[in-house]
Amino acid sequence: MSLSVTTMTEPVRGRFGEFGGRFVPESLVPACAEVEEGFRDAWSDPLFRSELDELLTVYAGRPTPLTPARNLSVQLGITLLLKREDLAHTGSHKINNVLGQALLARRMGRTRLIAETGAGQHGVATATAAALLGLRATIYMGERDIERQRLNVFRMTTLGAEVVPVTSGSRTLKDATNEAMRAWVADVEGSHFLLGSVGGPHPYPWMVREFQRVIGDEARRQSPAVPDVVVACVGGGSNAAGTFAGFADTGARLVGVEAYGGAAINRGSPGVVHGTRSLVLQDDDGQIAEAESIAAGLDYPGVGPEHAHLASIGRADYRTVTDDEVVAAVGRLARSEGIICALESAHAVAWVLRAAGTPDLPSGSTVVLTLSGRGDKDMATLAGGAA
Amino acid sequence: MRKMLIPYVTGGVTDNWTDHLLALQEGGADAIEVGLPFSDPMLDGVTIQRASDQALARGVTVASIMDDLARVREQVRVPLIAFTYANLVFRRGPAAFCRLLADAGISGLIVPDLPIDEAAAVRAAAADAGVDLILLVAPATPDDRLREIAAHSSRFIYAISRMDTTGERATLAEAAAPLVARVRAFTSLPVTLGFGISGPAQAAEAGRAGDGVVVASALMRRVLDWGATPEDLRHEVAALRAALDALEVSADRTAYAEVSGHRT
Repeated sequence: MSLSVTTMTEPVRGRFGEFGGRFVPESLVPACAEVEEGFRDAWSDPLFRSELDELLTVYAGRPTPLTPARNLSVQLGITLLLKREDLAHTGSHKINNVLGQALLARRMGRTRLIAETGAGQHGVATATAAALLGLRATIYMGERDIERQRLNVFRMTTLGAEVVPVTSGSRTLKDATNEAMRAWVADVEGSHFLLGSVGGPHPYPWMVREFQRVIGDEARRQSPAVPDVVVACVGGGSNAAGTFAGFADTGARLVGVEAYGGAAINRGSPGVVHGTRSLVLQDDDGQIAEAESIAAGLDYPGVGPEHAHLASIGRADYRTVTDDEVVAAVGRLARSEGIICALESAHAVAWVLRAAGTPDLPSGSTVVLTLSGRGDKDMATLAGGAA
Repeated sequence: MRKMLIPYVTGGVTDNWTDHLLALQEGGADAIEVGLPFSDPMLDGVTIQRASDQALARGVTVASIMDDLARVREQVRVPLIAFTYANLVFRRGPAAFCRLLADAGISGLIVPDLPIDEAAAVRAAAADAGVDLILLVAPATPDDRLREIAAHSSRFIYAISRMDTTGERATLAEAAAPLVARVRAFTSLPVTLGFGISGPAQAAEAGRAGDGVVVASALMRRVLDWGATPEDLRHEVAALRAALDALEVSADRTAYAEVSGHRT
């Protein structure tokens, strides 16, 4: 099949098969077109690329290591390699995309970054890049997420960002995204909307995947051979998209792991939300459902359109795990390897723990797993659950 | 020329929302926008968000709104225009959705998150069902897009008066009049201004700039915060009507003065 050479390239007219597009108010169409042109221009400019590479190296700490999970590998009968995005500056892969878009915003003459955040990792990364590059940052965050991620809220304000609580709807990531887009409509001249995942209107799914591609590209260079399986967690799907992009043209099997309560690919249907056509959890009328996950970063009813496409053509498989499996996975990884990962990342770990030694993940397989973030932010959640 | 007045009501916002709808008509509406509530109204400010949430919390569906409209159909004399988001249209499929509207007596459709580049399927389905898909333009819309949008428009063009969400504002945006002028270079269709128009004074100002006005949040806020009765809304709309009609009178006087050589 020729699919492997045609996947994860630049989408034609913003489409990934039947998914993607630019479903935004007319007020935002010119702004999206400007971001598209600005990104295409920057991405082909060696000076922009070298400035970003430099920041990723000396500031964000790249390349992140590919760590063999020695003890779990023995226990599970597989070779498990962890791509350590938890070791990147600010504690997750979010910094890769944020540094890219913040440099782009500055290049386009914007002075303020507007971002949505769920768990707060993207908000912290945005606040960080804003501080570094001398930009203002306004972060929209659902009231419910503010309650469960107080540490990240404090990190953002410490970095000088303004955190705006969102009280509409489910008071989580989906509502924060609505509010960030509303704020962008009101200031398209001065602000760049720094979307944190591979959703949203064209060019965001493409641009964010390209900025996250560094995860997969590094992991491929660091892998002794092409692995049998590449696995990452999927909420909106940015760390998975970046990881998969490095292996899309190989024979590696790609596996995305969704939260059971936010499984847009496994339990959703085609729909249009937040500017893109993808798979989404919704009712018969088209009202968007509220996701439910212990991991605030995966508590989202949609998914990036390229993942919907990869699922529909069979290039990637998507599995779900439950909150209980996720909590167990955090503990198992911590005690086996001395690594406390984020609840989001633990979804990928949980699937490996369940599948290893079954036909879904046969013994002897080599697995590259992207550990998208570190778990400090989740200690209060886990302590609360244990109490 | 009579300035078009298009007030708005969120379908199902209260038990008696069709009484509010009829009151808008009695107050002097030329057409009425009926909001079909969506869970994630990206282009709406806080008032329409609250109205949508309230309607959805009451268990309202597209079908229940159509049923409500069917019950008052005999009394509705002005055109009804549905205002909703793309996902509700695509969930049913554009053809089925537009037929549903047409069967309920709705003759226009506004979908704010469906720019012309994504609108082909819905436009075709609407045309088949005899529903006008009304397109929006914004101050940021460049001239080449204005030309394309104008070429594909029917009935009127909805001009977003400011770069912002829906909701009341203290003044009419400076961007409104220049936008109308730019649109008129490409079409003879009426240009209706919406977003941020709250009272009679602003309606008059918008009426001077364009061919009509849409008033939504100002009316819905009265329903949500003050429990405005249908009679209250009729008064509000009548005041807007009077402000727009006063423009015609003054325009006639200006014309007379110009013809007769007098300056008023």
